[in-house]
Amino acid sequence: MLAGIMSITEILFWFLAVLALGSAIMVITSKSPVHSVLWLIVTFFAISGHYILMNAQFLAIVNIIVYAGAIMVLFLFVVMLMNLNANSEPQKNRNLQFAGLISGGCLFLVLVTALMKSDVSTNHLMSGGDAGLIKNLGKVLFNDYLVPFELSSVLFLSAMIGAVVIGKRSD
Amino acid sequence: MFLVIDLAMILEKLVLIVIVVMASLVIAMYATYAERKVAAILQDRRGPNRAGPFGLLQPVADGIKLFFKEEIIPDFSSKFLFILGPSMAMMTAIMTGAVIPWGDKLQLFGRDIPLQIADVNVGILYVFAVVSMGVYGIMIGSWASNNKYSLMGGLRAASQIISYELAMGITLIALLMVTGTLSLKEMVLQQHSEGWHFGWNIRYQPLGFLLFLICAFAECNRTPFDLAEAENELIGGYHTEYSSMKLGFYLFAEYINMFVSSVIMATLFFGGYDIPFLNEATLSPNIAALVGIVALMGKVCCFLFFFMWVRWTIPRFRYDQLMNLGWRVLIPLALVNMLATGAVVLLKNNNWHF
Repeated sequence: MLAGIMSITEILFWFLAVLALGSAIMVITSKSPVHSVLWLIVTFFAISGHYILMNAQFLAIVNIIVYAGAIMVLFLFVVMLMNLNANSEPQKNRNLQFAGLISGGCLFLVLVTALMKSDVSTNHLMSGGDAGLIKNLGKVLFNDYLVPFELSSVLFLSAMIGAVVIGKRSD
Repeated sequence: MFLVIDLAMILEKLVLIVIVVMASLVIAMYATYAERKVAAILQDRRGPNRAGPFGLLQPVADGIKLFFKEEIIPDFSSKFLFILGPSMAMMTAIMTGAVIPWGDKLQLFGRDIPLQIADVNVGILYVFAVVSMGVYGIMIGSWASNNKYSLMGGLRAASQIISYELAMGITLIALLMVTGTLSLKEMVLQQHSEGWHFGWNIRYQPLGFLLFLICAFAECNRTPFDLAEAENELIGGYHTEYSSMKLGFYLFAEYINMFVSSVIMATLFFGGYDIPFLNEATLSPNIAALVGIVALMGKVCCFLFFFMWVRWTIPRFRYDQLMNLGWRVLIPLALVNMLATGAVVLLKNNNWHF
């Protein structure tokens, strides 16, 4: 029984991993910017699936609401309004490509070292635990990390009020 | 995390899923009929009365007509996305039904069958996530049409939905302060009222309900907020280029969204499947569950009628009026509502001492 259950989780894990990596590669290889944005949304969904596998439901849903639901809509907005098509995409110059290569390589190096240092022998990735459930998350946030939480909430509130004020100024 | 694999449970959930999807489709179908009848009554006409008794077969006739119409995919559109648009609109409209408690539990074949597909503990956030996905159906479809009127309609729809989502979210925060849970099932259980005790959330959150209702109109792209398909400015809005059943999907998704948001409002503010002034425990569980479903559907029908009533009474807003209402009226009001609710909840937890 237990073996069967683990294998379902494993199948889901591999499916989501392939989906996440595949769609992430499609983001950078597809010619049309709109397609890139859509593939990025698929990537966010795959990552949310991983969160659910780790029993972090709140994080999964918030990832979808904030990233896939709000930020990517704005991305899509800008890309659609600029009307970037596959054939009208401007040619990037050499220096920019070179800079991109270096910074991307640095990031890759950091990620690889971080992965090498991390402890992958424990099976906490698959077994879940309930630290990600909303009740425990709330308790941790409001007991251990109250000040950072309040500070960031004030920051978000001021950003929203700022948007209202900018809207008011226009007339 | 370790789900016990239970064939009977899977079967039970599958049956439930099929029933919920079919029911939302059929209700949406008859919502189109009801819309035409309500419009007719408000305009002193008869409405559809040719197909079947009282015109009851009209939605079927409409569906058949849409299926048999010629399907045109514009040459310059991107084909895959053009088809993906209406499909996504339809899918996101149907997906919300998964977390809604349609009733209490039925006792069949010696099993307790809860009438809810999934009781996830982030229920209301799931609804929110699916709603925010709904934008993509419109945006993808409008962009793929490669038509500037479609694109304008899509952008209008997207900015409108994002703006009103904000106010809706803040309203929900106030409601969550009162209920203290995100699970829709638990919210319904908390609102359970019997005898002279009346526990619906509308009692604590009247302003919150009003804001939520307005936002629901905007999220569904219904009049007075149907700027995305304003035919006198944008020809047909985001579905200008669509024909046949793909157009049907867009139109149909609107009715499913209306149905779903009615259910959500009934669940959040009006006790879900709860019947006021009746103790359900005195009935046998199966009868109580069925009566509960009927009660929920009754509440939903009232909301659906309200949606239609407003559509045929109030003219469409201008776009700047729409944005003004969203950003300058609804969000400040929602913030005030949230702060007031927070203060009262805090006082109550402190036994009314400052």
